[in-house]
Amino acid sequence: MGIIGHIGRYFLLLRETFSRPERAGIFWRRTLEEMDLLGVQSLGIVALLSAFMGAVITIQTKTNIDSPLIQAWVVGFATRQSVILEFSPTVISLILAGKVGSNIAAEIGSMRVKEQIDALDIMGVNSAGYLILPKLAATILINPFLVMISMFLGIFGGWLAGVQAGVISSDDFILGIQTGFKPFHVTYALIKTVVFAFIITTISAYQGYFTRGGTREVGISSTRAVVYSNVVILLANLVLTRVLLL
Amino acid sequence: MIEVQGLSKRFGDNQVLTDISAVFEQGKVNQIIGMSGSGKSVLTKCMVGLHRPEEGRVLYNGRSFHDMNDEEKRQVRQRIGMLFQGSALFDSLTVLENVIFPLRMFGAMPKSEMEDRARECLKLVRIQDKDDLFPSQISGGMQKRVGIARAIAMEPKYLFCDEPNSGLDPQTAILIDDLIKELTEEYNTTTIVVTHDMNSVMETGENIIFIHQGRKWWQGSRQELLNSDNTELNEFIYAGSLMRQVKEAMSRRS
Repeated sequence: MGIIGHIGRYFLLLRETFSRPERAGIFWRRTLEEMDLLGVQSLGIVALLSAFMGAVITIQTKTNIDSPLIQAWVVGFATRQSVILEFSPTVISLILAGKVGSNIAAEIGSMRVKEQIDALDIMGVNSAGYLILPKLAATILINPFLVMISMFLGIFGGWLAGVQAGVISSDDFILGIQTGFKPFHVTYALIKTVVFAFIITTISAYQGYFTRGGTREVGISSTRAVVYSNVVILLANLVLTRVLLL
Repeated sequence: MIEVQGLSKRFGDNQVLTDISAVFEQGKVNQIIGMSGSGKSVLTKCMVGLHRPEEGRVLYNGRSFHDMNDEEKRQVRQRIGMLFQGSALFDSLTVLENVIFPLRMFGAMPKSEMEDRARECLKLVRIQDKDDLFPSQISGGMQKRVGIARAIAMEPKYLFCDEPNSGLDPQTAILIDDLIKELTEEYNTTTIVVTHDMNSVMETGENIIFIHQGRKWWQGSRQELLNSDNTELNEFIYAGSLMRQVKEAMSRRS
């Protein structure tokens, strides 16, 4: 199948996904389960990465702009901007594409090759809606919280590393993160996060849903889910940045 | 009753089914037999709407399934129970939860009644005290029986079984055959069993359809099957030594 065929089939799957859930109660219960599986259980890796990346950004910024002409607080400013504008929404989403995307593709792909999706269809259950919509609702609801936690921990990690390593004083760092703060940058980051959550979930679900074959093909679907999600996230990142920031 | 009229299906250039017409009667175990790759499973999947045929119709009580709107299809599907070759139980649900699943999705009864109904279905297929086990913790034969329990939970009008005996020991295979026969009588279902197991055919088959090279080659009863002079059919049914011995015994007696 060519790329146009895949795009067409992707949108047809989305149409199926957004049709009425079988039962609202079951939908919300499944959404909460998925929020735990796909969101809360990703908190550890997000926290770890954010704190360490914030620390590295601070130290690298300091070493690169170590000039008497540049004020010390700029390190805090640059760390904040890097974390809020790019690291937390984009890099964390790329990492979630690896963790969550492969999970979604493998789960749905395994269900496909074991005929469990056929079983749902024959029972009269809308399999796309039953399987994909709760995952989509879960990631769209939980990922912004993950990214906000990432922003906080990234900046906190930068402050801690900067002060501990003696590259910046606590007062200068705090002055830097307060200087020229635009609340819209947080909104921009959260809009990106929601779009990326949609991309990760739907592309991964598409790869899993149309898996044909056996366990090897499930593995291939998982890999494709991660690669295609990452490529589309990078393209969407460029488009959203041009539309929202310029 | 289910009727198939002039059904043809192909995948790309591969013509899998050609102009199949057949009637599957209510209250009987209808069997579709044929060699591996003959198109039996594809025919079943066309009948339950998992594949859309290029030509032909599948009529459920006189109404064409593929011409129904989505809601009508859903209503028909809720009256279909299907046992898959690999059971297709949900891995992350326990035995009891698997059987409750269709009741939870479509039933309007309280939770305690759903559990009672699910346990009743499990009792019918002779599975007890396995409620909290996961499918991976029970044997293949038990998985098939749980699959049957799930298929009958909604009291289906149509029961499809795709190779219910494959991979099972002879005793368990007989048990599954008996269950299918009992359930067909109890619920008066239109039962369609896809199989190439001749023991099963001789045990339960009432209306037998032989598919060969994607075409309906022969249709008849169990007795007619043994007396048929259709070459391809005879090659299929007498491929095993047991059936050859049956034929020789019948010849000696006559």
